[in-house]
Amino acid sequence: MSELFIFFEQIYRILFLLIPVLVSVAMIVWLDRRVWAFVQKRKGPNVVGPFGLFQTLADALKYIFKEIIIPASSNKVIFILAPIVTMTLALIAWAVIPFSETFVLANINVGILYLFAVSSLGVYGIIMGGWASNSKYPFLGAIRSAAQMVSYEVSIGVIIINVLLCVGSLNLSDIVLAQKDLWFVIPLFPMFIIFFISALAETNRPPFDLPEAEAELVAGYQTEYSGMMYAMFWLGEYANILLMCAMGSILFLGGWLSPIDLFPFNIIPAPIWLILKILFLFILFALIKAIVPRYRYDQLMKLGWKIFLPFSLIYVVLTASFLMYFDLLPGN
Amino acid sequence: MIAHAIVFYIFSLIAIVSAIMVTVSKNTVNSVFFLILDFISISCLFIMIGAEFLGMIMLIVYVGAVAVLFLFVVMMLNVAQQKNEWFNSSGRSSHIPVGLLVSIIIFFELIIVIGGWKYKPDLLDSIAIEINTDLTNTQSLGSVIYTDYIHLFQLSGMVLLVAMIGAIVLTFRQRSGVKRQSYFKQISRDRKDGIELVDVENNKGVKIDA
Repeated sequence: MSELFIFFEQIYRILFLLIPVLVSVAMIVWLDRRVWAFVQKRKGPNVVGPFGLFQTLADALKYIFKEIIIPASSNKVIFILAPIVTMTLALIAWAVIPFSETFVLANINVGILYLFAVSSLGVYGIIMGGWASNSKYPFLGAIRSAAQMVSYEVSIGVIIINVLLCVGSLNLSDIVLAQKDLWFVIPLFPMFIIFFISALAETNRPPFDLPEAEAELVAGYQTEYSGMMYAMFWLGEYANILLMCAMGSILFLGGWLSPIDLFPFNIIPAPIWLILKILFLFILFALIKAIVPRYRYDQLMKLGWKIFLPFSLIYVVLTASFLMYFDLLPGN
Repeated sequence: MIAHAIVFYIFSLIAIVSAIMVTVSKNTVNSVFFLILDFISISCLFIMIGAEFLGMIMLIVYVGAVAVLFLFVVMMLNVAQQKNEWFNSSGRSSHIPVGLLVSIIIFFELIIVIGGWKYKPDLLDSIAIEINTDLTNTQSLGSVIYTDYIHLFQLSGMVLLVAMIGAIVLTFRQRSGVKRQSYFKQISRDRKDGIELVDVENNKGVKIDA
């Protein structure tokens, strides 16, 4: 009986996390389009519902009722699996995100590694989709994105090492609590910038949206997808972007902590702070989409391997030496 | 406890079946996907025995990087054609005997490893390091690798570095006639280098790109 109770309690907790995440993904698509329109002095989606808030829901309804076309010469199993993989991976990562000291679904020891692993698996959805379509543009898009995401993962990994050196634990809650006095964005500011740019590349956002560069590749890996399957790719992408924003705010912006531990700030509940930080990072993402032109592919690779990787490696050495010299290393 | 056993058997069944499917499946890309499934279920097994760090590293390194490169290569090959050549050129082909030899040797090695306790009764005691249960396994792995065996670790790092340089040297080829972009050149250009004013004589024209 008690096992059954625990089982249902877990299901309830998962739903309690999953449904807000899905709703906020829908809202974030709207926000993205509004910010984009704001920069370009347009109105953006403003018709459906108040301020056009229900635009994404209307779009999703449209996608649901559209026909799913599966190309005759595609590898059908993998073709159908690809958007499912993208969506699933984008959602399971939320299990370890701590919204406050107690409000976390799975407080595991290696939380940051889990996040890193899941985000590195994200490339499979794209490769599978691109290959299974059995068509030239999707395949080129998939190959591009595989190289791009693997390259930028390396620099994200090194940046995470920088943060871990200051924390001494792989647990996400410990990472947040270690920033009680000083957010890591201040001592590790260059790493924050590099993390932000790598996150753009990792999630295939402009200016690094080469996997789906519409001028060259129609729509990249999702060219052959239609209806609900396309919508899954699309929502998965935005869920991934939100996840990267959450990762950035946990690693550098102090997660659920309030900026100053004083009266007007510390009565606001912890999850609100995390959501505000995620929103801040997301608005930066959206602004960059609107104002920066697309990179060329060789420039992208050069940036990843020849600039970010050496710089963040040097910063690891610097951080480690600094902590060692001033005897600030955690855990001893 | 019984739930634990059930989950263990599910994961190990998936691992074994997908390992068999890697070798059996006709399509090489499908083989790689089964290989990925195998890696994932093995990392789940690692997590189940409490080695969460190894499980995650397995996911990151093998699934996140190595298998992507496998997939990358395999997708580029014309797989169907190659597979036929591999098996159908019977008589001349020497792949299968060599493969058999290697796999038989590996099989016997595995049997020797598994049957080790038969020949040396205290084998398990001699290979098991005492585990400090107070530490998380990330910390204990770290202290073993980076403190107790740091020199061996550095040595293996050097071996990897040499292998990496070797791979780069083997695949590197310098193509001539490639126009590379140089930021410094672009930025340091000024009007004098870029623009030349020429008085063109009537009906003569001027030769550019000289």
